[in-house]
Amino acid sequence: MFKIIRREEMSQGNVILNEIEAPKIAAKAKPGQFVILKANEEGERIPLTMADTDPAKGTITIIYMVVGKSTALFKSLKVGDGFQDVIGPLGKPTHIEKVGTVVCVGGGTGVAVLYPITRAMKQAGNRVVAIIGSRSKDLLIMEDMMRAASDELIVCTDDGSYGHHGFVTDQLKVVMEREKVDQAVCIGPVPMMKFCSKLTKEYDVPTLVSLNPIMVDGTGMCGGCRVTVGGQTKFGCVDGPEFDGHQVDYDELMMRLQAYCEDEKRCYERFRTLHAAG
Amino acid sequence: MTEKEKKKKAARTPMPEQAPEVRRRNFLEVPTGYTEEMAVAEAQRCLQCKNPGCVKGCPVNVDIPGFIKLIAERNFTEAIRHIWSTNSLPAVCGRVCPQENQCEGLCVLGKKGDPVAIGNLERFAADWEREHGTGALPPKQPSTGKRVAVVGSGPSGLTVAGDLIAKGHDVTVFEAFHKAGGVLVYGIPEFRLPKAIVANEVNFLERLGVKVECNAVVGRTVSLDELFEEGYDAIYLGVGAGLPRFMNIPGENLIGILSANEYLTRANLMKAYKFPEVDTPIPHGKNVVVLGAGNVAMDSARTAMRLGADSVRIVYRRSRAEMPARAAEIHHAEEEGIEFFLLTTPTRYLGNEKGRLTGMECLKMELGEPDASGRRRPVPIDGSEFQIECDLCIVAVGSGANPLLTSSTEGLKLNKWGYIIADEETGKTTKKGVWAGGDIVTGAATVILAMGAGRKAADSIHKYLTFGW
Ligand SMILES: Cc1cc2nc3c(=O)[nH]c(=O)nc-3n(C[C@H](O)[C@H](O)[C@H](O)COP(=O)(O)OP(=O)(O)OC[C@H]3O[C@@H](n4cnc5c(N)ncnc54)[C@H](O)[C@@H]3O)c2cc1C
Ligand SMILES: Cc1cc2nc3c(=O)[nH]c(=O)nc-3n(C[C@H](O)[C@H](O)[C@H](O)COP(=O)(O)OP(=O)(O)OC[C@H]3O[C@@H](n4cnc5c(N)ncnc54)[C@H](O)[C@@H]3O)c2cc1C
Ligand code: SF4
Ligand code: SF4
Ligand code: FES
Repeated sequence: MFKIIRREEMSQGNVILNEIEAPKIAAKAKPGQFVILKANEEGERIPLTMADTDPAKGTITIIYMVVGKSTALFKSLKVGDGFQDVIGPLGKPTHIEKVGTVVCVGGGTGVAVLYPITRAMKQAGNRVVAIIGSRSKDLLIMEDMMRAASDELIVCTDDGSYGHHGFVTDQLKVVMEREKVDQAVCIGPVPMMKFCSKLTKEYDVPTLVSLNPIMVDGTGMCGGCRVTVGGQTKFGCVDGPEFDGHQVDYDELMMRLQAYCEDEKRCYERFRTLHAAG
Repeated sequence: MTEKEKKKKAARTPMPEQAPEVRRRNFLEVPTGYTEEMAVAEAQRCLQCKNPGCVKGCPVNVDIPGFIKLIAERNFTEAIRHIWSTNSLPAVCGRVCPQENQCEGLCVLGKKGDPVAIGNLERFAADWEREHGTGALPPKQPSTGKRVAVVGSGPSGLTVAGDLIAKGHDVTVFEAFHKAGGVLVYGIPEFRLPKAIVANEVNFLERLGVKVECNAVVGRTVSLDELFEEGYDAIYLGVGAGLPRFMNIPGENLIGILSANEYLTRANLMKAYKFPEVDTPIPHGKNVVVLGAGNVAMDSARTAMRLGADSVRIVYRRSRAEMPARAAEIHHAEEEGIEFFLLTTPTRYLGNEKGRLTGMECLKMELGEPDASGRRRPVPIDGSEFQIECDLCIVAVGSGANPLLTSSTEGLKLNKWGYIIADEETGKTTKKGVWAGGDIVTGAATVILAMGAGRKAADSIHKYLTFGW
């Protein structure tokens, strides 16, 4: 069992942080890599990016949004409980290099995925401007951590309840207008990544995005995580999860993410009913 | 009539099976097993040949007349021990070996009539031991203090582990998935190989002292060089051929097109046929097409039928004679109502505005000149396009070498298809202290060949640990 040693709720309980004992994975993990977790015998294999690792303590940290049955089940786990299976580190690490100025854009729980990359980009000697956004103030996560990991942090909310009023793309544009940007990293909901990439293309800024296709094994043996990049089929779990944002077929990804939506709803409803019944 | 003639005349004892119309909607095992009487009757058909063909047909040379004689004498306990000396997974092999091309294919009785049901008898002996046996462990050599890492828990890795633990070495199996067994747990369905049997075999090895570490993706969680640094003296790679092949035709990423690996992993390893009692979903097709005609295709088609499909069709570009699946499974599939579209190849998939599969376009083929494999090459017939309606397509056209481990390991030579180059007799690779065998060396093959390779490598590893490289 992989024990949970710390648990925090954020974003009105919609986003959960778990620090988990997994010494082998912690020793090896690099920014951009993910793990697959399975709560119990009947559980599904769920991919989540490592938001942080502590090799000395032998722990990894995951931050996830509760969107369905499996993440709701994860949420129900307390400190001292654990995951039956944690597999990783999976996926290619982010290519970290000193390129000059890097803009890191995160939306929603994408910020959790973005955090270790932001930190590594700064450690590599880049000037890092971070832009994070959410629908409203109380849904914003990891503001302080992102501020510490970057040279400048720009916050925005869709409803204007905090920071700039508007979308992360607006602020991305402001930054690219104001200074020369050598690299962008955009992580968040698929439409956000799509629009960020469209914008950075106009400014000719190389852009990395992190894709979240449906996965099973995470080792390249099933092909369930197929994404089209530059007209070619790639496996998200082993060829990614990061890809050149200007080459990704986002519409196909959005479509494929809907593959099981009816089943997922049914499964979540059932869980809520059973859970309510105690 | 002489005793021998009587035997030649005696009919082969069929194994009872669930009726097709019942089993096509459940996941319980199809053949239900011999009773003791049936096994003894079948065993008595064996002529106890002096120079038995059957043994030559078995890749690991099980002493077939030897164990069959013991069954005929009702000495079931000894029969299974006899088999174990050459085959450590008889409950599995008895069920899944392509016997018609192996042991039974060369049985002398097959020349005129039906061969002895060697597979059924092997299965019987193993099942009898599991259900009635003493559970006594075989003897083990004293500890040598040498440590061996086995990567992959498929039949070849399990064979190496079993052989080397018996010789006194300390063995740890590293498995990427959360459960051990390789294709036996994620690929071959419950109705053909109950998972409790695989779990039992793994448990047997654990009782012998083998450590099984799941969730260990070697090449990611730990590298081969790190395993050596941790103190392992030898490493065996039995990582299988886990890379799905697709057709590379337009529309392949529509929702409803899955590799057989994904479909079967969801069904078997994740038990998705019990959804929503388990959390992993699986698509339930109404009209299902399966591409390919090997064991993997048959397993996919029969799984789809059990998940409630109205129609399941196998689309295969060659003719019936070339279908690579076990004869028994083709027969079972037909009985269960699976249709065969032979000499047919898909050219593109058709979808709706939601990106879901609605059908495919196919071409009819005819057989032309023989190709490199000696089989007549199918060639498309111009203008023969037609459409098949379907909402689920399982692609079972073969698998390749998964590069995850091999590409992250230095000093390991691969052939042009990405399979590991290993000595045929010893399993030695080009990297010191590393052996390989099974599907990752030969390409997708059979359980018994993977086990045979494991046995040879285990012998070689034992020599190395005793005398050096
Ligand atoms: C490499 C990778 C890294 C990720 N990192 C994070 C992260 O750090 N934080 C976070 O909140 N989320 C992350 N996700 C998304 C997360 O995996 C899904 O939100 C989760 O699987 C939803 O499961 P569920 O049962 O709770 O919801 P469901 O109701 O099952 O699904 C909700 C939606 O999640 C997606 N989904 C469902 N099953 C899977 C699956 N097996 N694999 C991938 N997506 C699935 C589908 O789009 C689905 O419509 C990541 C995904 C990938 C592929
Ligand atoms: C659906 C299906 C049906 C089949 N039916 C039959 C049949 O009826 N009869 C027959 O004889 N053969 C059949 N076969 C073929 C047979 O199963 C294989 O030839 C055999 O399992 C190969 O054994 P193996 O030990 O080489 O590899 P596998 O059984 O493939 O096992 C390899 C294991 O290694 C693990 N692994 C891979 N990479 C890593 C890594 N980096 N780190 C750790 N672990 C790793 C995998 O997860 C897997 O568990 C079938 C195959 C399939 C897919
Ligand atoms: S191992 Fe396979 S080939 Fe050998 S005797 Fe048994 S069933 Fe026949
Ligand atoms: S060839 Fe057939 S009859 Fe002869 S020993 Fe083998 S199983 Fe018996
Ligand atoms: S998740 Fe199976 S290949 Fe990527």
